[in-house]
Amino acid sequence: MSTATMSSELFNKSIAELATLLEARTITSVELTQAVIGRTQAVEERIKAFNSFDTGDALAQAAASDVRRAAGQALGPLDGIPIGIKDVIAVTGQPLTASSKMLANFVSPYDATVTQKLKKAGAVIWGRLNLDEFAMGSSTENSAFHTTRNPYNLDCVPGGSSGGSAAALAAGEAIATLGSDTGGSIRQPAALCGVVGLKPTYGLVSRFGLIAFASSLDQIGPFTRTVEDAAITLQAIAGHDERDSTSFKVEIPDYRAALKTKKGPWRIGIPKEYFGEGLDPEVAAAVEKAISFYEKMGCEIKNVSLPHTEYGVGVYYIIATAECSSNLSRYDGVRYGHRSTDADNIVDLYFKSRAEGFGPEVKRRIILGTYVLSSGYYDAYYLRAQKVRTLIRQDFLNAYKEVDAIITPTTPTPAFKRGAKADPLAMYLCDVYTIGVNLAGLPGISVPCGFSSGGLPIGMQLIGQPFKEADLLAIANAYDSAHDWARRTPNL
Amino acid sequence: MAANEDLNIDRIANLARLALTPEEKVKFSAQLADVLTNIEKLKQVDVTGVEPTAHAFPVYNVWADDVAQAGLTVEDALRNAPEKRDNMIVVPKVVE
Repeated sequence: MSTATMSSELFNKSIAELATLLEARTITSVELTQAVIGRTQAVEERIKAFNSFDTGDALAQAAASDVRRAAGQALGPLDGIPIGIKDVIAVTGQPLTASSKMLANFVSPYDATVTQKLKKAGAVIWGRLNLDEFAMGSSTENSAFHTTRNPYNLDCVPGGSSGGSAAALAAGEAIATLGSDTGGSIRQPAALCGVVGLKPTYGLVSRFGLIAFASSLDQIGPFTRTVEDAAITLQAIAGHDERDSTSFKVEIPDYRAALKTKKGPWRIGIPKEYFGEGLDPEVAAAVEKAISFYEKMGCEIKNVSLPHTEYGVGVYYIIATAECSSNLSRYDGVRYGHRSTDADNIVDLYFKSRAEGFGPEVKRRIILGTYVLSSGYYDAYYLRAQKVRTLIRQDFLNAYKEVDAIITPTTPTPAFKRGAKADPLAMYLCDVYTIGVNLAGLPGISVPCGFSSGGLPIGMQLIGQPFKEADLLAIANAYDSAHDWARRTPNL
Repeated sequence: MAANEDLNIDRIANLARLALTPEEKVKFSAQLADVLTNIEKLKQVDVTGVEPTAHAFPVYNVWADDVAQAGLTVEDALRNAPEKRDNMIVVPKVVE
């Protein structure tokens, strides 16, 4: 039995549909924003997707959008569309907490580049979405404030770390949202909440104004109701930024147009390492059905091998924690963030402010990261992990000599119950199918492809070639536009 | 290598400038030993002659033009300071 139904409410429509309604003046942005706010007020007590929201600010942005449109100066398909923002991405004058006590009272003095770009596209910046503290986790249970619920089953987690972004969208509390993905933090919650989630190629989207977790892996991307909406949103946020020295100078194509011009058939790789032990049979069946859809449309399905897959989790938890231990050293209680009132001297201030400000998972990762970088262990752990990272990357690049994209399950299982993975290692192993993409810097998208017998969403992951998001989105759209999984909504 | 015996939690917590309670030390030591045991598997991989990857798509020598640009005002820059006075951040005394 599936709890999902179809809905014609404004707050459940896609960006593409709403852009048409706004353009035709059938609705205004203020009406749309009010519908989203009303929906949020109706369901948020159950979902808990937001850390905060500012209805007055959102309605003022919506009114400004309507004024632009009335003057014939509408800015494009995102003008007037309410977009929720994960609470690690800076928005001027709004809280920026990373769901941590450390930043509980922080108000951002500037906009992230993606925020600026969304504002330039006319989007209504809406709310601060919950996450695992500092984006470290796979369930939002590590948030210092509250755990977000899965809209399809309130006893289950929405995934993480961008669980608020996925749950808010699935519950109709936003029309699209932004998240960040270091080891699967966009794709995993998208799969668990039945929405589309895109992690772009490393370097395609600026990280300026994103609170850093693991800088060589972090990437911002959209959660949307359709692959077409992902193309529209990516168009607005992609592109080189001189304020992020790792952002890449590449030509940005018209992603939405590519959905129509790129028709395949494609060569699609299936890595056997992603279909083995630990994969839930219902997830396997749903993904295999999606693969047979591609086969029927004339795609060539090929077995490929990514032989170093089993080392991914180990490599990731060395590199990500090493980078996080370095990045989080800035939280010392001096310039901003939590300061202990119990310190005798400056060094004591560091120790106590950090002890009081960080939650258990963040502390664990700082300890592990400090250990793998410490004198005497660097070569054995960090350097070795970087070398195995090279091999993991080469696995993908070898596969791409034969195929255009790779299909895998996004997660081994559908959403799990809150509290079910109290052991950190069990939680880390949830990321087994998503972290290789971050280590290799590739683009990956999770697209809904079915429901479990218990009514929980299932997602498949399509992995593309570096900076070839146009092709990846076209391949994903071929499936998504022929199915209605992503269009279903939970009964709330 | 027996990683679980190697992780001297006091030494590492000191390097990380992180005060841990006795309970946290016991708990984290055990949990991280599990994680490190899982990570031990990397030692099976032959990495002879393999170059390390720090970034999937490295970009080198990124220069910005040496031109002054508007930045944060002092007020904005100090907006989140825990304690401030006369446009400065106040910290505990660092010299006697």
